[in-house]
Amino acid sequence: MLGAAASTLGGGAFAAQPEPWQMGLQPAGTEMMAGLIWFEQYTLWFIVPITLFVLALLVYVVVKFRASANPVPSRTTHNTTIEVVWTVVPVLILVAIAFPSFQLLNAQYSPPREAELTVKATGYQWYWGYEYQVGDSPFSFEAVMLTDANRAEYGKEDIAQYPRLLAVDNEMVVPVDTVVRVLVTAADVLHAFAMPAFGLKKDAVPGRLNETWFEAKEEGLFYGQCSEICGKDHAFMPIAIRVVSKEQYAAWAAQAASDITGANKALKAAIAADKSVASAD
Amino acid sequence: MAGAAAHADHGHHDHKPGFVKRWLFSTNHKDIGTLYLIFAIIAGIIGGFLSVMMRWELAEPGIQIFHGLASMVYGVEGDAAIDAGKHMYNVFTTGHGLIMIFFMVMPALIGGFANWMVPIMIGAPDMAFPRMNNISFWLLPPAFILLLLSMFVEGPPGAMGVGGGWTIYPPLSTSGQPGPAMDLAILSLHIAGASSILGAINFITTIFNMRAPGMTLFKMPLFAWSVLVTAFLLLLSLPVLAGAITMLLTDRNFGTAFFDPQGGGDPILFQHLFWFFGHPEVYILILPAFGIISHIVSTFSKKPVFGYMGMAVAMVAIGAVGFVVWAHHMYTTGMSLASQRYFVFATMVIAVPTGVKIFSWIATMWGGSLTFKAPMVWAIAFIFLFTLGGVTGVQLANAGLDRAMHDTYYVVAHFHYVLSMGAVFAIFAAWYYWFPKITGYMYNEPIAHLHFWITFIGVNLIFFPQHFLGLAGMPRRYIDYPDAYAGWNLVSSYGSYLAAVGVLVFLVGVVEAFVKKRVAGDNPWGEGADTLEWQLSSPPPYHQWEQLPRIR
Repeated sequence: MLGAAASTLGGGAFAAQPEPWQMGLQPAGTEMMAGLIWFEQYTLWFIVPITLFVLALLVYVVVKFRASANPVPSRTTHNTTIEVVWTVVPVLILVAIAFPSFQLLNAQYSPPREAELTVKATGYQWYWGYEYQVGDSPFSFEAVMLTDANRAEYGKEDIAQYPRLLAVDNEMVVPVDTVVRVLVTAADVLHAFAMPAFGLKKDAVPGRLNETWFEAKEEGLFYGQCSEICGKDHAFMPIAIRVVSKEQYAAWAAQAASDITGANKALKAAIAADKSVASAD
Repeated sequence: MAGAAAHADHGHHDHKPGFVKRWLFSTNHKDIGTLYLIFAIIAGIIGGFLSVMMRWELAEPGIQIFHGLASMVYGVEGDAAIDAGKHMYNVFTTGHGLIMIFFMVMPALIGGFANWMVPIMIGAPDMAFPRMNNISFWLLPPAFILLLLSMFVEGPPGAMGVGGGWTIYPPLSTSGQPGPAMDLAILSLHIAGASSILGAINFITTIFNMRAPGMTLFKMPLFAWSVLVTAFLLLLSLPVLAGAITMLLTDRNFGTAFFDPQGGGDPILFQHLFWFFGHPEVYILILPAFGIISHIVSTFSKKPVFGYMGMAVAMVAIGAVGFVVWAHHMYTTGMSLASQRYFVFATMVIAVPTGVKIFSWIATMWGGSLTFKAPMVWAIAFIFLFTLGGVTGVQLANAGLDRAMHDTYYVVAHFHYVLSMGAVFAIFAAWYYWFPKITGYMYNEPIAHLHFWITFIGVNLIFFPQHFLGLAGMPRRYIDYPDAYAGWNLVSSYGSYLAAVGVLVFLVGVVEAFVKKRVAGDNPWGEGADTLEWQLSSPPPYHQWEQLPRIR
């Protein structure tokens, strides 16, 4: 799954966004999402056969017991054995689903270690605010959806990398292989902070500070969208997370405290330079 | 099932009152049932219109029609029209949900078919409280009008209508939309809720006290059982909704802060209250459908229902467990891990009685002598499509997996498979099943089959691709989406146009039946149809069971 997704993105850096005619979950950018994808496919091994089994039974009775084939109906209305079977077997199937389900749920609440970075994401009508609580110089910035009018201003003309309705002016930047704690809240109405490739979704609720976490395994640019109706521009407040190397992150964070625009430009230049070195190898 | 005396010859006792007295001041359960059915058809067409407009909008990325629609309806131009259009889209999703639930499915199944058939099936002359029955119905049109009116008054500053989704979560439904539109919608829900509570009291009293001699609870037809369970769900859940939206109303207008964190309240409290009502509500929508499907499957298999006792107990179990699973709609709100574990477990339990029902329907057909009249075709499709919607429900029950699917089109696909294809298919099945009984005329079989196939293909085209959209991450309630989602959205929209054609075919079939006036006869379905309504004339006498049937 991971390999297939990475190969479609020739650029080298891993990233995740929906693809045309996609039929499954987005490729995993975190262990947690890999577990979620595994579990989704695991459940399919039960539910697809069950659905096909019911369909097969229906086709069978429709063909076998149609009036012309079976003019005299039976009067059977009870069969204790079969009734016990179709009560007990579903219970067993549910138990088989429940065990990995609870493991997955527990894993989502068990970060491997203490968070190394905390970012507070605040939902506003209709953009996100990010607050970095790092060292002595906490800083914050806002992430507004990129419009066609300001693509050039941010150097984000490449529509494949910065798609319509997903790209923002200032991404949330985090280092790779780092446990990031995200505190999620909202300032006006409900919103929801979602990142499909990370298996992440947490409601942003005014007056509450919800907590979630992720540990990105790959560098790249990841996209999600607000997932709780919040008014007219609900569809227009995407979430973009840029995962970078720890060095790139450190350089970005140092500059971001005073000059977020400059920090983002420098970060993009650094990533581009890395890429050209990589492709020259 | 019953040894009732023939009642067809009691026609001369039918003293039908004049038009106003008969239809406006109606106390006859059959007339009130007819009113409910007509109301549901009208509401269904309006709710369906809203959904087709949404699908038209979503056929391609970008904003296609809603800015134009907004400038047509609200007379705004330019950028203001774009903004008004975005909000109007949310108004349409909200309206579609509320109308289909409160003004289409519930009136059709409970007010319409249950009102018509439950008294007849249990051998009662009418409902226990005929005048209350009248109020139950006549509360609905004003409620519906209030909801429609809300689309034309201010919601959020500078825009018209309620655009908070049918769940009307605060603060978007309080400080987010201060205009009177939300107040009208709240009042509409209050009135519709009162209507349903009165109806529920009526059904419970009728079923408990007015069964014919010999009709013990466990001889009662399954449709009556399903309505009994549904009535209890209504009675216990709707007051909670009424409380929640009253608090919403006072938060909005009288300075309380039940759901406002600045005053010590909590927006999540509303979600708990809403879903304590909202989850039983989805069973309210589907349980009567279960009852109907049992009768139709049995009738057209010429066999009694398999595992009657299991079927009845399964419905009671579904109703009871349905009350303790509400927060599976709220896995992402920040609930504790322990709560999530409990709600995962409780939700999965519901799959067991539901499975019993699916397999019992198939076992009813097993060994039968099946004929494929329109009601049966709808019923068989119901069983398959409801199974499909049910298994995705089992997936969604898992909080760990729901993390990815919550608030995406996967959920939209799931609940439309169980409601739009479950409940609505059962409504159409019931329509064709009881149409000859209610009107005395036979519907046109080829038109009914055409209606079925167009609808079947249409709704599957709409909703199956939405599973893919949801998995790929497309959130619900979006007027515009990233270009990658365009393909499946287009397929989905084509499906919606096809389903709309299906509605037209349905209406043609209704008109055709009334024009041609083919006499249906007392029991057009033959020996398989053994419940009491088939022993009466078609249409039944104005007052049936003047001599109570005796059930042996």
